[in-house]
Amino acid sequence: MDLLRFITAGSVDDGKSTLIGRLLYDSKNIMVDQLEVLEKQTKNKQAGSIDLALLTDGLRAEREQGITIDVAYRYFSTPKRKFIIADAPGHVQYTRNMITGASNASLIIILIDARQGVAEQTRRHSIIASLLNIPQVVVAINKMDLVEYSQDTYNNIVIDYAKVASQLGLQHVTYIPISALNGDNIVDASETMPWYEGQTLLNYLETVQVETNANLDDARMQVQFVIRPQTEALHDYRGYAGKVLSGVYKKGDSVKILPAGIESTIASLEVNGVAVEEAFAPQPVVIQLADDIDISRGDTIVKLGNEPKVENELEVLLCWLGDKPLQAGNKYYLQHNSRLIRTVVKEVSYKLDVNTLSQQPVTEGVKLNEVVKATIKTASPLVFDAYKTLPATGSAILIDETSNSTVAAVLIQ
Amino acid sequence: MSKYQLDYLEQLEAESIHIFREVAAQFERPALLFSGGKDSITLVHLAKKAFAPGKIPFPLVHIDTGHNFPEALNYRDQLAKELNADLIVRQVGDTIKQRNLTEPKGKFASRNWLQTYTLLDTIEEFGFDACIGGARRDEEKARAKERIFSVRDEFGQWDPKLQRPELWNVFNGRIHKGENVRVFPISNWTELDIWNYIRKEKIGLPSIYFSHDREVLLHEGQYVATSPFIQIDDTDVVLTKRVRYRTVGDMTCTAAIESNASTLDEVIHEITAARISERGETRIDDRVTEAAMEDRKKNGYF
Repeated sequence: MDLLRFITAGSVDDGKSTLIGRLLYDSKNIMVDQLEVLEKQTKNKQAGSIDLALLTDGLRAEREQGITIDVAYRYFSTPKRKFIIADAPGHVQYTRNMITGASNASLIIILIDARQGVAEQTRRHSIIASLLNIPQVVVAINKMDLVEYSQDTYNNIVIDYAKVASQLGLQHVTYIPISALNGDNIVDASETMPWYEGQTLLNYLETVQVETNANLDDARMQVQFVIRPQTEALHDYRGYAGKVLSGVYKKGDSVKILPAGIESTIASLEVNGVAVEEAFAPQPVVIQLADDIDISRGDTIVKLGNEPKVENELEVLLCWLGDKPLQAGNKYYLQHNSRLIRTVVKEVSYKLDVNTLSQQPVTEGVKLNEVVKATIKTASPLVFDAYKTLPATGSAILIDETSNSTVAAVLIQ
Repeated sequence: MSKYQLDYLEQLEAESIHIFREVAAQFERPALLFSGGKDSITLVHLAKKAFAPGKIPFPLVHIDTGHNFPEALNYRDQLAKELNADLIVRQVGDTIKQRNLTEPKGKFASRNWLQTYTLLDTIEEFGFDACIGGARRDEEKARAKERIFSVRDEFGQWDPKLQRPELWNVFNGRIHKGENVRVFPISNWTELDIWNYIRKEKIGLPSIYFSHDREVLLHEGQYVATSPFIQIDDTDVVLTKRVRYRTVGDMTCTAAIESNASTLDEVIHEITAARISERGETRIDDRVTEAAMEDRKKNGYF
């Protein structure tokens, strides 16, 4: 059985929480006691039938205000697949949370209110999906019950969205007309929309091919921790522990350690304490090298002949997540997987309008939720790939040196 | 599935091991909070794998309420011995004396809430900057929103509104002096994942997880083991039942469930068919208020 991580994006009134509640409820992933609590809460709200949206609102403030503030993670499974849902708020002031939830997703469900059609926020969610390179997009056209299950309405929205998708270069887009409230096409096929012949949402989620670990060519591994047992039996043991970020490593491979540029050979590979002939992404590995070289946390081990870039001035997109604005010249820590480097934002060249994709001049500081193109300079060379080619080595965060907050998502260009 | 693909348990395992290695590298004095329950036993197993062939580079810490199941305590001591791990035990009973705390009263007087005091004292005593815990996001609504690296202030308090965004697999563990981080490597595991992993890895568990005869009393539909820690009234009906535990906490606040499941396969079969959640079925303490867990976490709880 495999695992699919997906994110749901929708705004306050799109019925996102209802959709997730419906998905869990109809796939029988809600327990009796959770349902009882739900019934009790719904009664408090005098709403009539069970309010499925309450299932996902975890914090008191969220329940009180009836909104989702933070990313919540939900888990459910069917006999075919296990799912992790990042349930992120979609409103513009929560773009930060959406980016957080989207960073680990291999599929995004974008909700469209059938009465509104493609809206400004639909574009914003799609732009984020395209920036973060989420491989699969499902456009769930919700509230079909409120447009009399009209096929014309559905078709018009599909035509409109296709334009957005082609503008953004979104490759794999699937459209499903649903009513989260009534359960149409979520788990069970809709009886009121016989004109729709595609899969139900759950059926689609269960069967969609997600290309995980597709990249077997570019071997990348960054050292997290050096294992030196220093016991009598393992006196000279020196193992470099880290996750294989991409590709495959084999015993005997000629490797290069970056940024230093020293060459060596893989003497042994261990995964979970067991010696293996090869290791692949995302396995946690321990590598021993044939030569005694000085390697520490943050160093990257790659195969000879397939090397990432090693530079200290980079072009990046920054999704600003901090409350304090970014000014050109500000210094931060850049954390690139396990490597922490001091860095300075040299120049901010333009702001990306996340509703239209247009480039706009930056007149004042970069504020929370804004996406900008910038040039950064690191104190020592960074070992990286472009985010579009290898997200695992093309992504990083910026950390405020004084508050220690995570203030930006970095997508290396 | 291709040769170069991991199944879901292997993916979860890989994620957890990655987190363990980040903790060991980023912090000066981490500790693993060990309770003797299946989640913390799984944590220890993952930690062992993460640092093999070396030893686990941090101590196991048990905050002992004094109300634990003896089977869980025996298991704890044996495991620490097998792994040659450092085990630190601190007693809630001692904290109550030292700090003049009021013992909770009532039928199932639980020291669960008082653990926070002992935990914070222990963190201070050893200067722990990261405490690794076995909480899972599927357990409870407030936990569903907590980060894997959860920063706490010097009072151990969690502020749900000030959480750091956690992107990709990059974990920001930078903190100020006095603060500490609670780390939850099995955040993304569900109860069933834990059980399936225990079966796959053949991890031993304390015997109370399997069906056995036990003297219990029936309280509001839940079976509570008789013990010196609860108050048994004349009106109580004490029965002997064939039970097992789905979670292991204090004897005062964990309910047993009727079961004949005596092997892992049988337990997993029952859990797969269960229509009641783990916490709902077995925890007496969570049912008090809707936001019970959120409130305890804000006050420094695990």
